[in-house]
Amino acid sequence: MHDLVLKTLGIGDLLAWLGVPDGSLVYPIVASVFPLIFLILFALLAVYAERKVSAFIQNRLGPMETGPWGLFQTVADILKLIQKEDITPTASDKILFFVAPVLVFTGTYASLAVLPWSNGFVGADLNVGIFYLLAISSLVVAGLLMAGWGSNNKWSLYGAVRSTAQIISYEIPAGLAVLTAIVTTGTLNMTGIIQQQEGLFFGYLFASPFLFVAFIIYLIASLAEVNRTPFDLPEAESELVGGYHTEYSGMKFAMFFLSEYGNMFVVSAIAVSVFLGGWLTPWGTVPSYGMGFFWILVKSLFFVFFQMWLRWTLPRFRVDQLMYLCWKVLIPIAFACLIGQAAWVVYL
Amino acid sequence: MPHLKTEEMIMNMGPQHPSTHGVLRLELVTDGEIVKSITPHIGYLHRCFEKHGEELTYPMIIPFTDRLDYLASMNNNHAFVLAVEKLLNLEVPRKVEFIRIIVAELQRIASHLVAIGTFGADIGAVTPFLWTFRDREIILNLFENLTGARMLYNYMWPGGVSRDFPKGFREELSAFISYFRPKIKDLNNLLTGNHIFISRTANVGILPKEVAINYNCTGPVLRGSGVNWDLRKDDPYCIYPEFEFEIPTGKGTMGTVGDTWDRYFIRCQEMEQSLNIIEQALEKYPVDDVSDVQAAVPRRIKPPVGEVYARAENPRGELGFYIISDGGTKPFRVKAKSPCFVNLAVLPALGQGIMISDIVAILGSLDIVLGEIDR
Repeated sequence: MHDLVLKTLGIGDLLAWLGVPDGSLVYPIVASVFPLIFLILFALLAVYAERKVSAFIQNRLGPMETGPWGLFQTVADILKLIQKEDITPTASDKILFFVAPVLVFTGTYASLAVLPWSNGFVGADLNVGIFYLLAISSLVVAGLLMAGWGSNNKWSLYGAVRSTAQIISYEIPAGLAVLTAIVTTGTLNMTGIIQQQEGLFFGYLFASPFLFVAFIIYLIASLAEVNRTPFDLPEAESELVGGYHTEYSGMKFAMFFLSEYGNMFVVSAIAVSVFLGGWLTPWGTVPSYGMGFFWILVKSLFFVFFQMWLRWTLPRFRVDQLMYLCWKVLIPIAFACLIGQAAWVVYL
Repeated sequence: MPHLKTEEMIMNMGPQHPSTHGVLRLELVTDGEIVKSITPHIGYLHRCFEKHGEELTYPMIIPFTDRLDYLASMNNNHAFVLAVEKLLNLEVPRKVEFIRIIVAELQRIASHLVAIGTFGADIGAVTPFLWTFRDREIILNLFENLTGARMLYNYMWPGGVSRDFPKGFREELSAFISYFRPKIKDLNNLLTGNHIFISRTANVGILPKEVAINYNCTGPVLRGSGVNWDLRKDDPYCIYPEFEFEIPTGKGTMGTVGDTWDRYFIRCQEMEQSLNIIEQALEKYPVDDVSDVQAAVPRRIKPPVGEVYARAENPRGELGFYIISDGGTKPFRVKAKSPCFVNLAVLPALGQGIMISDIVAILGSLDIVLGEIDR
């Protein structure tokens, strides 16, 4: 589907004019640059937004000095990170230490491939789109574990072990919640899932009580999957200093940072696509290309804001409470939802 | 799987750690997330206060007391000045007593605000930290107006205080009280009643009454365990008997008496009681008295031979000064009895079989200041 993306953006014609033959690898590579640009732009703005949101919650102004209203603050941050010395601790496992941030970033970047931006406008329209998303986002776990182990720092190791336990545990309720929706759609294809929600007010949100509960479960579990408050134990700065990225600096740290903010968007976009009708309008009609992009962005950004809002309001859970919430509360309810929705689909 | 055994790991928490509240080092023996034992190591901020005290004249020691518990300098001044006045048998003018009570209670609020804010930040809630510092800023501005300094005031002198209330100070103070009362409610809405906060703090780090008394804990730590002991009531100094206020004690509202939540909530309640005291003091303040606040300050402090122990209720507990005088202008010995040192001592007793996250919560609720522990 990358040709459609290129066509829409007008790049395909440009490449053809430059004499790149059809079916060349150049097309998908060029197409894949756009999600990267989007990711970086999003992270730039999200970090700025996070600072402003936190500032307004805390009766501050936030960044005000760098550019108008401090708009270039994040640019300055990135410039600072680029200039920084790239430190690799002497006692660290050099290979793991280097690979970890790359792997974490890959997990985030690769998930953008199947996100449906608008009607038919999707990087790779896989049959198993949502399955691919759930699978590829688990790549992050391996990266975090590598970072924790490779740093050869006890605090990093704690952070890595915590995040592994947490992300793997919370994949289950998240997966079950998504499965509840898939029972209704009958397809794993992202575009298919959204098309099934046509004509429904706010997609599947109010379609059945089970889907509504499943949506809330997904929302909670996704917070845990991206290590956001109240589930930010892996990087709990008051307990574990910096968690798995304690020893990282410069661009390697920036990669973790970028993927953290990218993940915020990805989980929001999944929630929106599966439960809120993705690029459909809130009242369930099919919009034009541009408006589809607008709607999925607006819906997703609301949930990104929601994550920031929670972060600056709530305290943090303890490890055992985190696990209790997952295994004894969310998973049973998610199973009940799945069974209930299956019955709903069959009998209603 | 009996053949799999876990190994204990020794962790070094501090001296550079975000939530050891200064340069405290904790040696943890951990089994996974479970902590087997805690050994605090102190001394990273040792500044020879007691030895300095032997080399300096009495008024010169006062700035050094500022730097003990640097979040409650006024109260430190107060305790030291009480000791010197007891040694000299000095009568303090009534107006000075009022000024002292007002600034001491104001300092108690400022100190508790830091305690509550950092405690919230330790639990993971960052916003209360900034809210409390916003309100503390107003108190610091008031102090700056009064003393010229924001943290280390050198304000109380034996027999008096360094400066009288500036013009309009009492009005600003009343405005602060009416501003601050609703803010305590806001804080309780945001943090105290939060479900996650309660589950993190209730039934965690329970300090039984007997243990608290045996370890000689004082201040909110002792009162959190349900012991009604406050020097302002039980061994009154200054003019505290003239005021009506309550001593909040831990009741185990959210869990067990003496848990972390109780110790935290004591501070919230004490802030309100301090506001009550300030309000009453402003009402009874001798407005017509225009005498010099330095009038009773002796020109030369040369106490008779003897020894004295005076104590005051600091925000963190009972701060005592033991002074031996050999009849000279310098004390022969100055010993500070530090509440934080004693309160930190219960940490090993509380820290068995808890989780790493709980250490942070317990340490935050003990509210230690390393400047006073190491002296």
